[in-house]
Amino acid sequence: MTTDTRSQILRGAIDASPFLLIMVPFSMLFGVVATEAGFSIAQTLSMSVVVIAGAAQFTAIQLMVDDAPTIIVLLTALAVNLRMAMYSAALVPHVGTAPRWQRAFAAYFLVDQVYGMVAARYEAHPEHTITQKMAYYFGVAIFICPWWYLFTYIGAVAGGAIPPDYGLDFAVAIAFIAMIAPQLKSLAHVAAAFVSVVLALGLAWVPLNLGLIIAAFAAMLTGALVETWRVGRT
Amino acid sequence: MISDVTIWIVIICLGIGTYLIRYSFLGLIRAERMSPFVQQVLRFTPVAVLPGLVAPMVAWPPATGGNPDPVRLAAAAVALAVGIWTRSFMWAGVSGMAVLIALLQIGAGG
Repeated sequence: MTTDTRSQILRGAIDASPFLLIMVPFSMLFGVVATEAGFSIAQTLSMSVVVIAGAAQFTAIQLMVDDAPTIIVLLTALAVNLRMAMYSAALVPHVGTAPRWQRAFAAYFLVDQVYGMVAARYEAHPEHTITQKMAYYFGVAIFICPWWYLFTYIGAVAGGAIPPDYGLDFAVAIAFIAMIAPQLKSLAHVAAAFVSVVLALGLAWVPLNLGLIIAAFAAMLTGALVETWRVGRT
Repeated sequence: MISDVTIWIVIICLGIGTYLIRYSFLGLIRAERMSPFVQQVLRFTPVAVLPGLVAPMVAWPPATGGNPDPVRLAAAAVALAVGIWTRSFMWAGVSGMAVLIALLQIGAGG
């Protein structure tokens, strides 16, 4: 491992470190909810390690508690994760030429927070080499994902001993906003974000969380079209 | 009571399915086979997905029974404004959380 690779990993870990504040309560909450639904500690921890997708895990457990058929549980939770296919596609121009085993590991760690961080970095530093980009990616991932496992476990063991109302429910929302805001750097980006918000709220009634997918597609197209239009004018 | 078998089936199938979704394009598509237009569209993925993901959390927070809440709206607005102004994830996050915690304390005290 070269010094440069090591410094990229370190940079990723440092950039991702504020997430610790958010990952702790969010992960513990999942541990509590899963054990209260009847999951054993081993099952709760297994789910966080195997699935590693908070929103989908909460959704699946809620549906299982409501006695939904297993196929509906799976389809709904997978639909919640469908946005990750967009992340996967969006990473191809940046790291699509990395060795296959690295892409295979990267795919496992492709959660919202990791994607949000690396997308901002790659956009700001397109000149970085593929090695630098992958090093940064894993630096971010190793600082975000293990907390999810550890504090899921602690939440499962501690159970209802955690005070529920401390405003920390909203830490996840703040983290997403903090990731988005610095990327609103052109009219095209603002237009895309605006369309995304309006359609996601307007289509919240669409089943299987597909409103978000429609909103995201429309927003991406809006961004590209506004950008093309702006370039055409100058 | 959910059966053990059901729980393990959900964990394993959801794990495999989620992994395949994540691996899909990254594992199978070569960058040079993507048209410039597709690449241009994909550059907007972060600002197209994350705002839609966060909007319902801000507009209808579960903690207040799905009703809009001035404290959470204010914290979201501050995080957004500071993030645009400083271009820093960390400052946006820290100021948003500071406003959230401060306003919740005031609310709890008064």
